[in-house]
Amino acid sequence: MNSTYGKDILRFFVLIALQVLLLDHVNLGGYINPSLYVFFILLLPFEVPGWVLLISAFLIGLGVDIFSNSTGLNAAASVFMAYIRPWVVRRAGAPADYEGNLKPGIADMGFRWFLLYSLILIFAHQLVLSLLDAFRFAEIGMISIRLLLSTLFTLSLVIIAEYLFMRRRK
Amino acid sequence: MRYILAFIWRYKYFFLFLALEIASIALIINKSYYQQSVITNATDGFTGGIYNTWSDISSYFKLKKENERLANENARLWQKLTDSQLTTDTATRRVKDTLYGQQYTYTVAKVISNSTTLRNNYIMLNKGRRHGIVRDMAVFNPNGIVGTVVSVSDNFSWVMSMLNQHTKLSARINRLNQMGTIVWNGGSPAIGTLLDIPAHVKIKKGDTISTSGFSHIFPEGIMAGTVEKIYVESGDHFYTIDFRFSADLNSLQYVYVVKNLLREEEIDLSKNVVNE
Repeated sequence: MNSTYGKDILRFFVLIALQVLLLDHVNLGGYINPSLYVFFILLLPFEVPGWVLLISAFLIGLGVDIFSNSTGLNAAASVFMAYIRPWVVRRAGAPADYEGNLKPGIADMGFRWFLLYSLILIFAHQLVLSLLDAFRFAEIGMISIRLLLSTLFTLSLVIIAEYLFMRRRK
Repeated sequence: MRYILAFIWRYKYFFLFLALEIASIALIINKSYYQQSVITNATDGFTGGIYNTWSDISSYFKLKKENERLANENARLWQKLTDSQLTTDTATRRVKDTLYGQQYTYTVAKVISNSTTLRNNYIMLNKGRRHGIVRDMAVFNPNGIVGTVVSVSDNFSWVMSMLNQHTKLSARINRLNQMGTIVWNGGSPAIGTLLDIPAHVKIKKGDTISTSGFSHIFPEGIMAGTVEKIYVESGDHFYTIDFRFSADLNSLQYVYVVKNLLREEEIDLSKNVVNE
């Protein structure tokens, strides 16, 4: 148990710290805010039980919320993202030679698989985030631009992070 | 009963998902100022401590800019000193001045957390109840208005930034003395909106906007920004004026927190009138 989730637990805390201390202060073009902390949810192992997935997503969202005074906002978005993750995994194509030890990532699953998988999930996360944040349809134009750019920006960061910390295959 | 349990068990993840979402959304919707101050009090020591340390480190990188800002402000204040004004009246007499009592007191505070990307942005300051900060105090920096204190704990306070959909501040166009209301419609953190200026007055790009002092919170004449774009929404009799905030709300470091000593009196007086 410990060896399986040790890295994930470490990642949980490191990503919250990175998000609230650094990334929340990054605003490209005024209002594009990357949410790299979802990297944690993306990288949880395939075989993680549903309740662990949902509750850990809730906790990391709440962790970010407490620091940015946006109580509940990130938590709601993360829980939604975690809930649709198993469905996206199935849609993005289950691993072909499933040996029980594969992890969601470029090393095991290939670049195209990971790109598609992250894109869908990050978009879902940003969608909930921007809708709950604004909650006014009059601003729909502004919301969509922000949604699109934030998704792309977060996706780029996730891909870069994935390459930086990729587990080398023998 | 057994079937209900079996049903719940079958969709257990969906129900867990639903419960967590409801919890999150309840947190968002019920975020009253009271609750916020409870949360601020509870997490005060932990998050505040981390933000304090972090801002101690990061403030070193902004020292130069901050010094310039302070030097400029010093120059402006020097000009206002009686020493730097020419005395044309040769007779000296002493007047016991009861007309100009103190109305506003100022406290310097440091910004230890700030956001500009959300629809509702808040700023955290390193001063709280212990330093005499209370709710509804105005916050500005040498360049212009910043926000209003909405919740206070012992050592910290939360400020509702101008970049918030609940922001509503009485302001006026200096050249014409026309009164309006400042709001923020989202989007760029550099641009605010001034409403309620009747469409018959002639406004020019570049006109300056400052606080009117009618809000019982802000003193009169604190700079808000300069007019950028003027238009009239169809069917409206008032201008919608986009203006550029004079304070860069994304690079705040030190701010002044203003206490209106006569606020209670001002509000009591208006209450009496409304109640009659």
